Formats: sequence, C-alpha cells, structure tokens
Amino acid sequence: MPGTRSSRLTPATKMGLSIAIATGLYGISFGALSIAAGLNLWQTVALSALMFTGGSQFAFIGVISGGGAASAAFSAASLLGIRNAVYGMQIKQALRPRGRHVPWMAQVTIDESTAVSLGQAEVDEKCRGFFSAGVGVYVLWNFFTIAGALLGERMGDPAAWGLDGAAVAAFIGLLWPRLKAMEPVLIALAAAVVTAIAVPLTSPGLPILITATCAAVYALTTGRRSKPATEHGELQNVQEDRA
Amino acid sequence: MSELSWWILAACLTAYAIKICGYFVPRKVLDSPTMSHVAATLTIALLASLVTVNAFTSGQELVIDARIGALAAAVVALVFKAPYLVVVIAGALAAVLLRATGLAA
Repeated sequence: MPGTRSSRLTPATKMGLSIAIATGLYGISFGALSIAAGLNLWQTVALSALMFTGGSQFAFIGVISGGGAASAAFSAASLLGIRNAVYGMQIKQALRPRGRHVPWMAQVTIDESTAVSLGQAEVDEKCRGFFSAGVGVYVLWNFFTIAGALLGERMGDPAAWGLDGAAVAAFIGLLWPRLKAMEPVLIALAAAVVTAIAVPLTSPGLPILITATCAAVYALTTGRRSKPATEHGELQNVQEDRA
Repeated sequence: MSELSWWILAACLTAYAIKICGYFVPRKVLDSPTMSHVAATLTIALLASLVTVNAFTSGQELVIDARIGALAAAVVALVFKAPYLVVVIAGALAAVLLRATGLAA
C-alpha cells in the first residue's frame, strides 16, 4: 500500500491544490488593485514574485493608494509579515527540513501553506500539504497577478469600476477569518477607532503605523500572561489601550 | 529606478528576511506566547486599520461614500461564507451600483 500511495493524489495534496486555486485566483484582484494604486506592471509583478505574502502586498498598495509615503507602505507591509516568522518556526518544527531546502521553503511559508501543512496528522502528509499549497499558491498567485495587472492597465479610472470598493472588500476578507473570538474582534474595533482618530491629525500612511504601535504595546503588556485570559479581562485591556 | 521601486525592493527583501528568520532564529526567541500574541495582534490591528483607511478616508479627511456600501456587501458575502474572490467582486459591484443609482458618491 505505501508504494501505491505516493503515486496518486493524497488528501493533503488535494487540499493544497484546491487552496492554491482559490487563493491564486484572487491574485487577479491584487494585480488590478496594485495598478489602480499607481504601481506599474513591474512593481506589481515584483511584489508577488519576491514579497509573496498576500496581506503585506495588499498593505503596501493600500498605504500607497491612500496617499501614504513609500516608507510608511514599507513599514506596514513588514509589520504584517512578522507572522510569517512564527509560521517558519512551526514548519521547521513540524517538517524538520534539510538546510539546503530552507531557502525556497522560507519563500513559500505563508498563511495557506502553513495552515494546510499543520492541519495534517503524519509528517509525510504535512510535507505534501506544505509543498502543494506553497508552490501551488506561488505559481498561480504570480500568474493571476500578471493577468490582474494587465486587466487593471486597461481599466482606466479605478472608481468607475468600483476598484476602491474592491480594495475595502479585499481587506475585510483578509481580516474576517481571524475574528473568531471576542478578543480579536475587540482588537479590530479598537484598531479602527485609533486609526479614525489619527487620520485627520497625521499625514496619510501614519495612522496605520500608529495603530500598529498601539497594538504591539497592548500585546506586549498582556502577552506574558499564560494563555487565554478571561474575556472580561481582555475587554478591559482593550478599552484601556483605546483610551 | 524610482524611489518607490527601491522601497518595494526593500520591502520584498525584508519580507524574505522575516520568513527565513523563522527557520534560523533559535526557537526560544520566537516560540514564546508573547511573540505569537504580538504577531497575531499586529496582524489583526493592521488589517482593521487598512479596512478603516480604505473605507472611510480621503486624504486626511474622514468621509462616508459608496465604499461603506462596499464594506457592507463584503461583510454580507463573508457571513454567507462566499469565496474570497466573490467577496472582492461584491465590494466592487456595491460601489458601482451605489454610484450609478446616485445613492452615494
């Protein structure tokens, strides 16, 4: 049996490939929104090929389209990428890769590949899940980014096509799956309030970084407690943070 | 290369450096509840902040226009567990429809 298994699609490979198709497709929206934000084709392609972490890529163009400085876009994208370091550590722990594989594995260490890999029971399946989702998303995400960017170049005025509405939807779509408990919801609401207060007071791009700073301070002051605190306790802390 | 291109290159290199850190930095540095908590909190706060900026601001002003309809449409799509691409298209359609019907700017 083990001999025949490797030659056909295992559950982890199937899961990885279906996530690759679903995620890859929305590379179209990234490509089109990046052009609408004012980046050119090559800058858009570079973000998908080299940065390759959807949240950070959307953050970068989101700051630019809001009129923010490139340095603010850089900071927002980099801060949003920090979770990939946590994923890398988990993948290293789970798959124990050889050193020579680490350089390419690091590049495809993202939300999707980590989720598919860690969701499997055996080590072999974890490897297949990581590989199929990681490489699959990479190939399709880049392909559809180019398609979206070429489409975006022909669209002209972004607002006429509702691309500004698409950008809002893109961000809430990235945030939504993370709002599964009370604490994340309160953090998100507090972050929205801090941002709204900062917008009229500071130059474009900065409100996002001010919010990130508040969130980091909040996390550092509450994170040392051993695992889930009571909801009530978290609620108080979020409100203090907001004030 | 333009200044923006250099920042893009820097952001790409930083993103890769962060990813590879996960594989090389000693476990005890990253594998603390504090580090996971900071990473998760930052991710949520930044995305919520980006939603706010993209939905409710124009330069340094807070505004309400067709984009709030896009946000509502996206949330409805998410509640019904629509695929990500459908969520994005729902947002775009809502904005286009609200403007076409003159209900919002």
